[in-house]
Amino acid sequence: MLKKNKLAMFGLILLSMLVILAAFAPIFSPYDPNAIMEDHIAAPSMKHLFGTDDLGRDVLSRLIFGGRVSLSVAVIAVAVSLTIGVLLGCISGYYGGILDEIIMRFTDIMLSFPTIFLILAIQSVLTPNIFNVMIVIGATSWMGIARLVRGEFLALKEREFVEAARAIGCSNFRVIFRHILPNSLPPVIVAGTLGMAGAILTESALSFLGLGVQPPMASWGNMLMDSQSYLLDAPWMAIIPGLVIVLAVLSLYFVGEGLREGLNPKE
Amino acid sequence: MKKYIIRRLIQLIPLLIGISLITFFVMHMAPGDPTSLFADPNIKPEELARIRTNWGLDKPVIVQYFMWVKNAAKMDFGYSYISGKPVVDEILERLPATLLLMSVSFFLILLISIPVGVISAVRKGSLFDNLFTVLSFVFMSIPSFWLALIFMMVFSLKLEWFPPFGNLVLPCAVMVTSGLAGITRYQRASMLEVLGQEYIKVARAKGLPEYIVIFKHALRNSLIPIVTLLGLSLPDLFGGAFIIETIFAWPGMGRLGVSAVFSRNYPVIMGITTLTALLIVLGNLLADIGYAFVDPRIRYAEKK
Repeated sequence: MLKKNKLAMFGLILLSMLVILAAFAPIFSPYDPNAIMEDHIAAPSMKHLFGTDDLGRDVLSRLIFGGRVSLSVAVIAVAVSLTIGVLLGCISGYYGGILDEIIMRFTDIMLSFPTIFLILAIQSVLTPNIFNVMIVIGATSWMGIARLVRGEFLALKEREFVEAARAIGCSNFRVIFRHILPNSLPPVIVAGTLGMAGAILTESALSFLGLGVQPPMASWGNMLMDSQSYLLDAPWMAIIPGLVIVLAVLSLYFVGEGLREGLNPKE
Repeated sequence: MKKYIIRRLIQLIPLLIGISLITFFVMHMAPGDPTSLFADPNIKPEELARIRTNWGLDKPVIVQYFMWVKNAAKMDFGYSYISGKPVVDEILERLPATLLLMSVSFFLILLISIPVGVISAVRKGSLFDNLFTVLSFVFMSIPSFWLALIFMMVFSLKLEWFPPFGNLVLPCAVMVTSGLAGITRYQRASMLEVLGQEYIKVARAKGLPEYIVIFKHALRNSLIPIVTLLGLSLPDLFGGAFIIETIFAWPGMGRLGVSAVFSRNYPVIMGITTLTALLIVLGNLLADIGYAFVDPRIRYAEKK
């Protein structure tokens, strides 16, 4: 138990550092992320801590500004997926019947696609840019949340406090959003945190393939796309952004697991 | 059992209709016209109109959808815009390579994660358990395409152990590493649940040696839910295959799919999306039936 909390603490500190770096990117970043230096593919040195890339841009500065992009994509994507998932889950669990049947079949359908290919197919149709990436990741990752919220509603709607709320004449809307939803929030918060980890991974994969965030805007994923042709000449271009992704995702997993234990002492 | 299978088959129908609808309409949100991709810009308008009529592109979207479904039911997904070959032939040509990669990876994943999961559960809270708990989070945090790049850099380019392209070892290693964590956690949880059951207490109370309790009573029962794992892992395995095949130039369906996305080769994209979804749905169905077959409690529970 204590050990898990240590991991959560570690995750929280790491995550806060990444968020602060991203938020105050212009202060922390040593160079302009798009400025072209004299040395192309320069190995890490005191001048360029993480080296420069094939175009001669400072890798550290691009990582810091790329963090802004990758983290905000994750936040917005999760906001979209929570909105869809919570709404559908509420309706499905509260009203039941045919609505529940339709929503759950739709959820099953969405779950039978390999998500990454569905996203790729959609991105091939839309113009790939940062806003589409946010929406598309959100619109293809709400299914787990919808099922979770539905399950919570099925359990909670039979409880006395819900009956009491109805008895004093609360509208369905009020019962759903003021009485049941707040009580089902803890698992949703955990799922949202883990969802952000997933969104970072998806964004990086998309941008790596060139169908996500578009250059020259840096994201952790599209920095890796550039690195592919220089694996031997500039290994730092591939290693460092990947490690940053791993750290960001890992910190979110640790925080998520910590929250799961903290919010749900029964388990 | 028969009734159960029939009911599950009937449940497939709305699923398939939904899958085809989503795929079809996603593709038709595309601005512009697929003919603009390869047709000579100086092509005569009447020539262009002829091509469009040939492909049914001049009909309303709804009509095009029903035409597509009618043909898809006969496993006819049209012709690739690029190669001119039937989409089904093109996919079937590539499918074995993908299935090979997926099945070898899945087998290796089970081979490693079942023992690790069992030991973690039996020695819950031990150094081994804690180490693998942290490790599995680390593994889950590694983007598989990045791992592919690193493996390629180290094992192909630096050490020159494997050729960078067209070799099974590295793509498999990446798929196994990224698939390992989930299934290890699953096996651990399943084993822990079984170890908490009454019949394990009874077995221990009878004075059976611990190894018999673990291997004969607990392990066998904890493996039952693993049957469903194949079904649950399919979307991830297919998803992983798309990017990993592209990086390692493995001649499978995933690589075909990604290159189709880049060339906006709609018939191929639609064919692959529909077929993978179909394979995933069938895989889940087989897993559920397999589960109901080994564990009769499922069948009875569903009837109520």
